[in-house]
Amino acid sequence: MKWIDYATPHSVREAVDVLSEAGGRARVMAGGTDLLVALRAGVYDIDLVVDGKNIPELNEITYDPTNGLTLGAAVPCYKIYGNQAVATAYPGLIDAASLIGGTQIQGRASLGGNLCNATPSADSIPPMIALNGTANIAGPNGNRQVAIEDFCTGVRQNALGSDEILVSLHLPAPVANSGANYIRFIPRNEMDIAVAGAGVSVVLDNGDIKEARVSLASVAPTPLFVQEAGDAIAGKPANDETVRIASGIARDAARPITDMRGTIEFRQHLCEVLTRRALNTAIERAKENN
Amino acid sequence: MPGKTYVQTNINGEHVDFLCEPRQSLLECLRDVIGLTGTKEGCNDGNCGACTVEMDGRIVTSCLVLGVEAEGKEITTIEGIADGSTLHPIQQSFLENAALQCGICTPGFIVASKSLLDQNPDPTEHEIRFWLANNLCRCTGYDKIIRAVQDAAVKMQEA
Repeated sequence: MKWIDYATPHSVREAVDVLSEAGGRARVMAGGTDLLVALRAGVYDIDLVVDGKNIPELNEITYDPTNGLTLGAAVPCYKIYGNQAVATAYPGLIDAASLIGGTQIQGRASLGGNLCNATPSADSIPPMIALNGTANIAGPNGNRQVAIEDFCTGVRQNALGSDEILVSLHLPAPVANSGANYIRFIPRNEMDIAVAGAGVSVVLDNGDIKEARVSLASVAPTPLFVQEAGDAIAGKPANDETVRIASGIARDAARPITDMRGTIEFRQHLCEVLTRRALNTAIERAKENN
Repeated sequence: MPGKTYVQTNINGEHVDFLCEPRQSLLECLRDVIGLTGTKEGCNDGNCGACTVEMDGRIVTSCLVLGVEAEGKEITTIEGIADGSTLHPIQQSFLENAALQCGICTPGFIVASKSLLDQNPDPTEHEIRFWLANNLCRCTGYDKIIRAVQDAAVKMQEA
């Protein structure tokens, strides 16, 4: 790894100052499980790593049944699924937090880092999109909020300015009769990069879909929010036919490439199958959550 | 160029201080600066688990931790597992079950297995396999490792 310097700010303000001074030659580190690998590979040309783990707001994990979840950008996966209140309220988020990497990676890797790393295959981004998440960003001129679906702007590119830091993620409180799920396809049982993934959420109303959100991983330059798939089934009965409609739209919305992990055709097929299965699980969970 | 950073930490119950470059991983610091070479380097990108250590009660791959991050932390490496010349039951079980061949992955497996049994004294085979999924072994085919951990769990519960 080339020479870098290391800063450990203890407040958001201090972090923003350090980032401003670095003039784009710095990156914030949370768990480091992507950043340190990328630095060794020469992916980023920077002089400074800004460790976010000593900033209190980046370590916050607060769930409130009215206000929802505030998840600090550096909270590692194991603290998310280890938090009983969060695990009960957001099983669709836990699906992703518990399958990223293995035990050691989950001891460090955070969902904030997964989001900022902004790879198309990031497992936690589709469920956060499905769950209507927002990113809370701090910069020299104060804070701003960005919807998760608007955060990733390209492969490994995100909406952060060079003097901004992702402070936390926010998910609204789950409403009654709602459910979510994230699943992916990988050729082995675990510890692999998604060939495709689907994160979905539904809200039911007397056996009908009141609202649905569908998001896909690994089939476009960014995690894909397929708004039309959810919109098309709003008001329809929560049955196989309705699920098939949304799954077909998800398949058609996918814009995958062919690479060593799968072909375009295979990934399109996966989008349909994964969306269908994820919707069925989300509907089951919604029925249990009343 | 930035200079070296002074780091104070606790390794295997003892205060340790060292100087390192900010770019150096904890793995490099353990092996090349502090001289604790029991922790092995495999892939150096978090996939293989050979460099597993425990940091503040949670196992991590030390290749994906910067040495400077060790400031104020409590770290356990493979050198801290045995009690003097008395092997830990997990180490004894690895020997008795022939759960190693070349041995490069073994320190990582033992540190990770101890962390599992500390939290979950009676894990199922499924739980053991999932917990150890971040540790790769190219010799044994894993079954002997799983048997060793199961055997150690029994020994530790009887003790």
